Amino acid sequence: MALAFDEFGRPFIILREQDQKTRLRGIDAQKANIAAGKAVARILRSSLGPKGMDKMLQGPDGDVTISNDGATILEQMDVDNQIAKLMVELSRSQDYEIGDGTTGVVVMAGALLEQAERQLDRGIHPIRIAEGYETASRVAVEHLERIAQKFEFDVNNYEPLVQTCMTTLSSKIVNRCKRSLAEIAVKAVLAVADLERRDVNLDLIKVEGKVGGKLEDTELIYGILVDKDMSHPQMPKQIEDAHIAILTCPFEPPKPKTKHKVDIDTVEKFETLRKQEQQYFDEMVQKCKDVGATLVICQWGFDDEANHLLMHRNLPAVRWVGGVELELIAIATGGRIVPRFQELTPEKLGKAGMVREKSFGTTKERMLYIEHCANSKAVTIFIRGGNKMMIEETKRSIHDALCVARNLIRNNSIVYGGGAAEITCSLAVDAAGDKYPGVEQYAIRAFAEALDSVPMALAENSGLQPIETLSAVKSQQIKENIPFYGIDCNDVGTNDMREQNVFETLIGKQQQILLATQVVKMILKIDDVISNSEY
Amino acid sequence: MPIDKIFKDDASEEKGERARMASFIGAMAVADLVKSTLGPKGMDKILQSTGRGHSVTVTNDGATILKSLHIDNPAAKVLVDISKVQDDEVGDGTTSVVVLAGELLREAEKLVTSKIHPMTIIAGYRMAAECARDALLKRVIDNKENAEKFRSDLMKIAMTTLCSKILSQDKEHFAEMAVDAVFRLKGSTNLEAIQIIKKPGGSLRDSFLDEGFILDKKIGIGQPKRIENAKILVANTAMDTDKVKIYGARVRVDSMTKVAEIEGAEKEKMKDKVNKILAHGINCFVNRQLIYNFPEELFADAGVLAIEHADFEGIERLGLVTGGEIASTFDNPESVKLGHCKLIEEIMIGEDKLIHFSGVEMGQACSIVLRGASHHVLDEAERSLHDALCVLSQTVNDSRVLLGGGWPEMVMAKEVDELARKTAGKKSHAIEAFSRALVAIPTTIADNAGLDSAELVAQLRAEHHNEGCNAGIDVISGAVGDMEERGIYEAFKVKQAVLLSATEAAEMILRVDEIITCAPRRREDRM
Repeated sequence: MALAFDEFGRPFIILREQDQKTRLRGIDAQKANIAAGKAVARILRSSLGPKGMDKMLQGPDGDVTISNDGATILEQMDVDNQIAKLMVELSRSQDYEIGDGTTGVVVMAGALLEQAERQLDRGIHPIRIAEGYETASRVAVEHLERIAQKFEFDVNNYEPLVQTCMTTLSSKIVNRCKRSLAEIAVKAVLAVADLERRDVNLDLIKVEGKVGGKLEDTELIYGILVDKDMSHPQMPKQIEDAHIAILTCPFEPPKPKTKHKVDIDTVEKFETLRKQEQQYFDEMVQKCKDVGATLVICQWGFDDEANHLLMHRNLPAVRWVGGVELELIAIATGGRIVPRFQELTPEKLGKAGMVREKSFGTTKERMLYIEHCANSKAVTIFIRGGNKMMIEETKRSIHDALCVARNLIRNNSIVYGGGAAEITCSLAVDAAGDKYPGVEQYAIRAFAEALDSVPMALAENSGLQPIETLSAVKSQQIKENIPFYGIDCNDVGTNDMREQNVFETLIGKQQQILLATQVVKMILKIDDVISNSEY
Repeated sequence: MPIDKIFKDDASEEKGERARMASFIGAMAVADLVKSTLGPKGMDKILQSTGRGHSVTVTNDGATILKSLHIDNPAAKVLVDISKVQDDEVGDGTTSVVVLAGELLREAEKLVTSKIHPMTIIAGYRMAAECARDALLKRVIDNKENAEKFRSDLMKIAMTTLCSKILSQDKEHFAEMAVDAVFRLKGSTNLEAIQIIKKPGGSLRDSFLDEGFILDKKIGIGQPKRIENAKILVANTAMDTDKVKIYGARVRVDSMTKVAEIEGAEKEKMKDKVNKILAHGINCFVNRQLIYNFPEELFADAGVLAIEHADFEGIERLGLVTGGEIASTFDNPESVKLGHCKLIEEIMIGEDKLIHFSGVEMGQACSIVLRGASHHVLDEAERSLHDALCVLSQTVNDSRVLLGGGWPEMVMAKEVDELARKTAGKKSHAIEAFSRALVAIPTTIADNAGLDSAELVAQLRAEHHNEGCNAGIDVISGAVGDMEERGIYEAFKVKQAVLLSATEAAEMILRVDEIITCAPRRREDRM
């Protein structure tokens, strides 16, 4: 560690408690950071592609997660290293932005780091490498734009969307019924999509899971599913043509926010208070009845007496419905959320064609289906599966598929999957590299090499000879000048991704390249790591 | 400086072969643990809890055993989870599902060591599972139309389920009880409506099903012990001091007389309430909450039977049985639906007094009174009966049944074997392995019964070579026999759930190539 000395030969203390910190500088720091980044990428590398393996994660409380989703794996991993944390962030931002390709982006970043290490050994300055990468990524993104294809779809012809979602789902454990799940995801997205504005609000799609049954029983419900039952066991279990009052006030005597005391000092007061109390409940129920509600959905609980009154007046009710669900119900049924009984009016009621309670399995669990809503712009995907981990993993997979479908509606450009896009980018970047004078040329070539690592990993995971397969596909692409050849992961017998129907979204791919480059640049620029040494 | 540590201190990571090995071994260990409880001659396990009192449970039920285990291996946890789901979903087959998943993994391990990629094995398993399910579907028996036969099917299923449990001595008696109880549910799967009361004493044979309803409560003092043509008000209301519910209300007085006045008013209020309740013209009042002495006395004066502190389920069931609504306000006596029954009386079972409602209007709910020598026996009897009830209630909805005694496994194995012969490529090894795993179940059943499993399974396989054969292992006589003649039946739904969940779980564990364990959360109070 470099130390400064004053004129008496005593060391200057620059960092507080300097002797307790470890410090890495210069090339050592970069090497260490690259090693950490690569270590994270190595974990995910085997999860890539349709034949990728899963990871089993045991959480701090002993709970088990089994997942193939890069973002989930990294998030649940107990990472301590700062650079590794950066990689976790990288995968997370891909998840937020695109929702899919979270594994690919980390593998890509890992490959870029690996190549950077080689360039460092050659003595190229990290900043020059970073600049070269930046140029190369621009070339790659532009190239993708050029080769991207638009495909047309509308509400009736959504087959292309289904195909793309199937590509996403094929790498997950649910690939057994990827067709039906992809269809569910596409239908759900189309149901809530605003095709005019090309926008999709994924909040309108609720994904609910219940253990039991089998994956094939997963269904799309045009309406809302609430994991609650009627507040009183003897209320009707099925309501047709329901007019729903959506309340956020409890069926209880009012509780003013300001502090107050009601003093009882005479018998008369006691009596009046008693009367008033009864009246409260009566009025509340009467209000609901008056506006014509046939179902009350409330965010809060009911008093026993109120509950009975509701039941007595034949007004079914559901209590303790969560805020998010309440909002969804309001959107779906076209109702308004009413915070006070006084404000209830017939116009504020939501409408649904059918509300029914359904029970599952041998336990007492029941769920409430709200269907045929006035405004069908809210849907629920109801997942069934053999065990809890399966349900969780299916939820994540469906989320990915939903994101892909949404991205396609926003921007209907696609590129071909199976590594085809990476291979053609690699070729384009390689060709572009020669035009740049100066040291950056090496960095650009390194970028091209790094792009190759994704198809390489795909081939490796599918049990193919990685180098042979990749070079064969590459030469095929150059020879025929067609950017659709990729790795034949499923052993179908053709390399043409158009025939295999393996698509990915253009923005997803572009985002992957840009994000990975950004993070790698950031890591390369670090030349000093100061950390607390072990305590 | 090499960075080899990217995880936190206590976190660990296992990769590739090691990870796979850890999960295989964990899963197989769990499967082997419950293996010996499979089948009619399966053995029980004693579970001693680490909690206070070191309470002991003796059980044969896979889900109960696995639930009580403290497991650290993540793959083993997957198996525990499928067993739990099987319990929630169909109620029976909780051991079979774990054993099958364990066998599938055992076979998979062999394939992996002979250099077949896990993904290929999964592809093979999937095809095999699909094929096995189709094979079962082809051979199901559905007697829904024929009520008589359907009932006898149910009886046989119940007996098959019960014969591996502690109740096997009196399986006919209990099967009869379970079938009767389930038929009263009329297609609903809500088993809450069947109340199981456990009273130590007597023998298991003394257990009985009661058409009416039994409430494990006492009748208030000084109130009639027997009411004919009872009109019952089922209520959920506070019968202690009725609180003022308006927020912030409090009593503030300045003299003793005022206290007395208010007390008087309170009493008056309670009296009012009681009078309102009495205005319903009832002679029995059942409340979920406590009834204080004062109102109880008032009820006694009016000659009304008041039962306090019947819990939620008791109230709900009582509502179901008597057809009364659960009331909390009492202002409109004319519109409240009252429950009716012919006779309420206090009965004695063993040492305890219970309240018996008989001659009820709607017979949806019923009570089963279990008698037995000890709490352990009773607990196990309850679990066994619960299994039987679950299976039956599911079968009422999905009336397809299959033969038992290893017959379905053999049928599936045969079809799967045939598929393996037709399939080209490495997958066929996996398909073959699937069929071997299926055969492991009848083998285990025979082994547990102390029979020569190799001999029996070989015989069985030969028998099954003929189309439409009904052969299975009859453990009682220790030979291969016709299952239809011996009346050994199982529910299709159970078998299907076993097959699908076991395959799903095996697939999940096979796909794993890395295990990352987070550092256990540090707890402050840990010593």
